[in-house]
Amino acid sequence: MDQPRGPAFYLLGGIFALYVLFLYGPTLTILALSFQGPSGGLTFPMNGVSTHWFAKLWAGVGVVDIWAALRRSLALGLVVMALTVTLAFYAGLAFRKGFRGAGLVFALAVSSLIVPSIVVSLGIGLEFRLLDDAIKALAAATGWGFLEDHGTLMGLYTSALGAHLTWTLPFGLLILFAVFNRFDPAYEEAARDLGASGPQTLRHVVVPILAPALVGVALFGFTLSFDELARTSQAIGGRNTLPLELQGLTTTVTTPEIYALGTVTTAVSALVIGTALGLTLWLQKRRARRALAGLRP
Amino acid sequence: MTDLALPAAAPATVAATPVATPPWRRRALAYLQAAPLTLVFLIFLVVPLALTGIVSLWEYNEYEIIPALTLQNYADLFDGCLSADLCTTVRTYLSTVKFVALTLAITLPLGFAVAYFLAFHVRSGTVRMGLFLLCTIPFWTSNVIRMISWIPLLGRNGLVNDTLRGLGLIRAPIEGLLYSDFAVVLAFVHLDTVFMIVPIFNSLARIDRRLIEAARDGGASSAQILRNVVLPLAKPGIAIGAIFVVTLVMGDFVTVGVMGGQQIASVGKVIQVQMAYLQFPAAAANAMVLLAAVLLMILGLTRMIDLRREL
Repeated sequence: MDQPRGPAFYLLGGIFALYVLFLYGPTLTILALSFQGPSGGLTFPMNGVSTHWFAKLWAGVGVVDIWAALRRSLALGLVVMALTVTLAFYAGLAFRKGFRGAGLVFALAVSSLIVPSIVVSLGIGLEFRLLDDAIKALAAATGWGFLEDHGTLMGLYTSALGAHLTWTLPFGLLILFAVFNRFDPAYEEAARDLGASGPQTLRHVVVPILAPALVGVALFGFTLSFDELARTSQAIGGRNTLPLELQGLTTTVTTPEIYALGTVTTAVSALVIGTALGLTLWLQKRRARRALAGLRP
Repeated sequence: MTDLALPAAAPATVAATPVATPPWRRRALAYLQAAPLTLVFLIFLVVPLALTGIVSLWEYNEYEIIPALTLQNYADLFDGCLSADLCTTVRTYLSTVKFVALTLAITLPLGFAVAYFLAFHVRSGTVRMGLFLLCTIPFWTSNVIRMISWIPLLGRNGLVNDTLRGLGLIRAPIEGLLYSDFAVVLAFVHLDTVFMIVPIFNSLARIDRRLIEAARDGGASSAQILRNVVLPLAKPGIAIGAIFVVTLVMGDFVTVGVMGGQQIASVGKVIQVQMAYLQFPAAAANAMVLLAAVLLMILGLTRMIDLRREL
């Protein structure tokens, strides 16, 4: 296709540039406006430049403990990330070996992506409510003391964690499918021929080769959980995650404080994305370097 | 992420090598490795959906839900739908389907154009990967923040109104840029085009370039190549992208809520409100109808392509 650049190139290039502007423009706008002067409002012009709204945000937004919500979201994101990488990795290995019902499990993962989030969320919410009712009924029937003050099983690390996993695991699994498709089994056979046990092959051959992809899965796991809203909405107990609080704040906060919060949240995401992409690049470079070193006598 | 191919099972020779683990242990290990993921989907997807189906058939009053079978919830949902003016449910679905149609009408050509540019016009692999990442990075940041970020642009005294006034094109600011159908569709396009770009790019990247060379050698014009070679081969990607957009928009309540100023109805929002009022069976019945509607639409989309051949 190496022909001279025609008008189609410039037309599509223009569309692409406009799309990128459309994609990033608004976010850059609120990044700028979060440094609005103390007398500034939600729109341009900037009345001076200050960190006033960050200071206000640091002091807290009204009755909502935004920092506790941020900590909860960070912690949940890390747990979801770890579970997504682990579960998807092992499931990927299983699919590679092949097992009966593999097609069914794959169909489950795909349906988890395409069932509307509100339906999944409502289902998990109902499930936990019914469980609570059952436990209360059991307590009433048996009089067992330890069940008497049962509140709810719904919470960050139960229902919300599950809701997040239904969203992150399919992505993780699909990424690993794509990677395993290009993975040459000869590496494993070579390791096994040299006497490596199953776990050794995994630890010293498979994981290092897949490391960049696993970092990618981790990136999906953390960021999708950190920003998840629709699936969490009906499946969380009393204490909200950051996106849920943010959604509530959109209707009540009318100062650039909300932009400052947006800048902080985006900075967290950007930090994670930057780390993940940097790590992937570094891993790939290291592998290339080692491969070269291995070629030398 | 849309590489929907099941990895080929490892060749049988592996099991035949003398040091390899016996086949039965291999198989047992595979089950063990797939079990945790399967369990998560069972507990947090299959059982919840089954329970939703069951609860949608239960009675309820202001205080409690009663495990007694009834079709009343579904009857309530479609109450008055046979009369001349449309019932609330049908009107809500029409409004939501309108958003789906508008979002598809914009994201599909836009996503295709962007993916086409990346796949066919960018010559360096590194640049292509970089630009591809540029398109996907916002997907990993907060949706709510990305919605809020339209306020300074679309507000009454926002950048768009100010610029238009400065140019003398309008005298009074245009109302309804923000908190309107327009804002909702704009946000959907902003958030969901990436779901079109990635699968379409994936399909386009797999097209054997020799096919296009052959078409050109055969005398096909660029438009003919696009119509008769590229588009048919991009169909799976287009269908997968469309499936994503349909489910995301059909079930949405956040975007419609924030960008519509909590004034516009959507199916997802109805369910959310019913949950807030603890009308679980009604919400469950609504969710079942929504699920059926979405599945029907997806079925229609998969009819257009042989998805099985892609798996």
